Amino acid sequence: MPSAHAPMIRSSVLKAENLSKQVSSPEGPLTIVHGVSFDIAAGESVAIVGASGAGKSTLLALLAGLDLPTTGRVLLAGTDLTQLDEDGRARLRAQRVGFVFQSFHLIPALTALENVMLPLELAGRPDARRSAQETLARVGLKDRTGHYPRQLSGGEQQRVALARAFVTQPAVLFADEPTGNLDTATGGRVGELLFELNAHSHTTLILVTHDRELASRCGRVIEMEAGRVLPQKAPVAEVR
Amino acid sequence: MRSLQLALRSLGREWRSGELGVLLLALTIAVAALTGVGFLVNRIGAAVSMQANEVLAADIRLGSPQPITDLYFQEASRRGIGSARLTSLLSVVFNGDVSQLTNIQAVSQGYPLRGNLLVADEPFAKGTPAGGIPAPGEVWPDSKVLAALGGKLGGKLSIGAATFRIGRVLISRPDQGGTFAELAPALIMNAGDLPATQLIQPGSRVGYAALFAGDRSRIDTFKAWLGAHKQPRERLRDITDASPQIRNAVERSGRFLSLASLVSVLLSAIAVAMSARRYVHRHLDTVALLKTLGATRAFTLSINLLQLFALALAAAVLGSVIGFLAQEWLLHALKGLLTATLPPPSLMPVAMGFMTAVAVLAGFALPPLLQLSRVPAIRVLRRDIGPPPPIVLLAFGPAVAVVVLLIYWVVLDWRLFWGFSAGLAAFVLLLTGAGAVLVFLAGKFRGSVGVAWRYGVANLSRRRAESLVQIVAFGSGIMVLLLLAIIRGDLNSDWRRTLPANFPNYFFINIPPGERASFVQFLQARGARTTRVLPMIRGRLTAINGRSVEQLRFGREDGDNFATREQNLTWAADLGDDNRIVAGDWWTPAEFGKPLVSLSTEIQQSLGLRLGDELTFDIAGEPFTVKVASVRKVKWDSFQPNFFIVFAPGVLDDTAGTYLTSAYFKSTDSRFLAQLVRRFPSVSIFDIDDLLAQVRSMLDKAVLAVQSVFVFTLLAGLTVLLAAVQSSRGERRYESAMLRTLGASRGTVLQGVLAEFTMLGLLSGLLAALGASVAAYFMTTRVLELHYSFEGWVWLVGLLGGAVLVALSGWLATRSVVSQPPLLTLRAE
Repeated sequence: MPSAHAPMIRSSVLKAENLSKQVSSPEGPLTIVHGVSFDIAAGESVAIVGASGAGKSTLLALLAGLDLPTTGRVLLAGTDLTQLDEDGRARLRAQRVGFVFQSFHLIPALTALENVMLPLELAGRPDARRSAQETLARVGLKDRTGHYPRQLSGGEQQRVALARAFVTQPAVLFADEPTGNLDTATGGRVGELLFELNAHSHTTLILVTHDRELASRCGRVIEMEAGRVLPQKAPVAEVR
Repeated sequence: MRSLQLALRSLGREWRSGELGVLLLALTIAVAALTGVGFLVNRIGAAVSMQANEVLAADIRLGSPQPITDLYFQEASRRGIGSARLTSLLSVVFNGDVSQLTNIQAVSQGYPLRGNLLVADEPFAKGTPAGGIPAPGEVWPDSKVLAALGGKLGGKLSIGAATFRIGRVLISRPDQGGTFAELAPALIMNAGDLPATQLIQPGSRVGYAALFAGDRSRIDTFKAWLGAHKQPRERLRDITDASPQIRNAVERSGRFLSLASLVSVLLSAIAVAMSARRYVHRHLDTVALLKTLGATRAFTLSINLLQLFALALAAAVLGSVIGFLAQEWLLHALKGLLTATLPPPSLMPVAMGFMTAVAVLAGFALPPLLQLSRVPAIRVLRRDIGPPPPIVLLAFGPAVAVVVLLIYWVVLDWRLFWGFSAGLAAFVLLLTGAGAVLVFLAGKFRGSVGVAWRYGVANLSRRRAESLVQIVAFGSGIMVLLLLAIIRGDLNSDWRRTLPANFPNYFFINIPPGERASFVQFLQARGARTTRVLPMIRGRLTAINGRSVEQLRFGREDGDNFATREQNLTWAADLGDDNRIVAGDWWTPAEFGKPLVSLSTEIQQSLGLRLGDELTFDIAGEPFTVKVASVRKVKWDSFQPNFFIVFAPGVLDDTAGTYLTSAYFKSTDSRFLAQLVRRFPSVSIFDIDDLLAQVRSMLDKAVLAVQSVFVFTLLAGLTVLLAAVQSSRGERRYESAMLRTLGASRGTVLQGVLAEFTMLGLLSGLLAALGASVAAYFMTTRVLELHYSFEGWVWLVGLLGGAVLVALSGWLATRSVVSQPPLLTLRAE
């Protein structure tokens, strides 16, 4: 059930309010994310860019409810993540969120098809197998459904991960350096597939990347430095 | 049940990918070892007690000076329990004019219920099972009766008012070896013939016995019933009251088998803990991912729990089958050594195996699993984040509880439990402390060695917690193996010590004082090895501290028995090396002639006596009052003459008594015995070869069982090694790839691995040797009551064995890791 079906409505699907994250380190408390606020509308595609250690991945974790902010709050599809316990956030993710990771994070014990079926099963959706097969076919892996991750190339593994991310038709898709582990050519193809799927399913895409080329395809770029969001730049290109 | 579905489905998937193999293997070996030991202990234990029951010729035996009521027999038959009657009395048997005082046993059909009557066609020949009892009108005198009377097969013997035909020669009865009262020459006849002899008159001294045997559980309930319904004068005996020699052997082997199986259980638990750790480690990412994809904590936990439960079930089934087959194979391979037919195994070990698998998982796998479910979802982005540190009580509490439960369940003895638990706790603490010292020292040590060793030793200190766990595991594994080896050696040598090849095989009683010297001479002239000669006087305890025993009640059945029956008394100047004073002092020559008595622990405990108590004995009508001067622990299995009650020399010297001694000589010469009987007609010969053969065969079985159990323990120990090495494989693969990428040769990496494991093994071995030596000292001296001798080889084997075993296992398990092309490994990471 796509919740952000019409991009033109531009209702807010993800809102960060004055987010900060502090952790303790051997050298004393360390603030990784400083007072970040922004609003992302349904159907938008946003790239979060910045140098290593700028706090991109931490911000992503906060936005997805994988971690809790020290101060501030995150509203995901209207729900305040900071008011939910761990299981509550997990349930919300099951219904509304998809993920793509740099290191793919496929479960090695499961076949490609089983990996894609997993989020559907977790969300208790019927017909998991058929949906998973369809989505794998859409990423071009129709003939590799029975393969285990170790039998697949890096690009193929990431395509399985894409299929797993999109199969639940999530409201928001978080992608953490989705092409970071791939060579340029493969990375390019995976990036293309990512935007293609995103366009097809009208999902809100939040992408953390080093890859300027990938970022440039997003409707908006949030640039981070030392845990802060730099003043907004003009969009490089429109969503295709 | 979505989680059940997913758990089972992913269990299948994980199984296909080989993820669960190691854990299942560890659990299966654990259960196999346990059930194998269980079946073995169960069946051999049953066989041993069945054989021990032969000494009673029954499972339970009720003795009485009065005829035994039919009610008991009716009740037994109602419960499906077999029974037989036995009446025994002393009477003179005649062959023409020649007479012999004989212990006459009149038995009913079915006797003996356990064991065999052995008969032959001539005296002192090898016996064969009789397969029944004497027919009416027929008697089976034993060799001594026949030798003394000069009769032969087919001849006639008169007993009381009746005459009987000599049917066979009785060679042995299973229940002949109890007390010296039963030592007189014996004759067995059909109970139906007893009235015709008219021997039983008012006032005759007659002993009646009811024998019962049957299914174990029925016997147990019947015994309880009989205990509640029997008359005070009736004495109930089962194997626990059988002769002291056999009781010792059964207790020892039982204890040792329990101990050995316990070691297997604990080793298995260690292996399971390590496998569980590895399981958790390998599932951190999966659980974090599941959570990221929306799974709740309860859901991920229930998936893992269900998977583990399914594993426990599979391991229980597989392990039981393997355990049973292993046990069958062992028993088959050892068939020649086992004389008794083994009873069928009970299903108890299977239930025990399953319960133990679940308990071990609950204690050793549940805490890490609970930890696993606490892995935060953010791990998908930051792999360095693991679960929050465990609450110590939760992490170790269940394991400790399960260990306590298992130990007590296996030994069912608080003393053994505390000894073992204290040793275990001390050992684990010691190992952990020493491991910490090693980790500290490693830091200093590594600056001065080559790169390979530096890498290997640095690994130890870097993987601090893992190193500690491995040292404890390896150390425990090696220690129990060493401990078993020491104790097994001590048991074997102690049994050999107590039962040397030429230890006494004949007892001689009723040696007249005047013939004492010539009798010993006669024996020695024919090459027999004689032991001490002690006087034997019959007497009855009449009063304790001036109060008549008739008025005293002892609370314990054997106390009443000791107090009322006629006792064999002796006097002695020397204690003898098979006697040990546990209270008071043995008399000095200055005390000879004083009214002092020394008691064995058995009679002292049964009558509740203390040092200084005054005992009055009636000896041939004359009262003797003596003071308890000492209490002795008697090693009955020395098979030398020993007495419950020993007087100081010079007190009883004037009373009319006879002498007894024991001797060893080759028993095949039947002419020698016939000569002896003719030369010393009043001397009764007691052939204990048969009894010894029984004891020996039981000891053989015990040693056999111990060795088989040892094999299981060895397997369990190897599983621990495997699990330990397995648990660090992943890390090692990555590190070796890194090192090789940085330019290290395969040899260097291998050397590093070897250095690390050798170090680990050396330290574990050192501590294991120390632990095993200390534990063995306490086990042998305190628990098994054997002689302990310091073993230098333990240290050598511990150190070398530890280093070689661990280094070799480590090398074997990590070889493929090192051989793998580095690129492949790094890519997989």
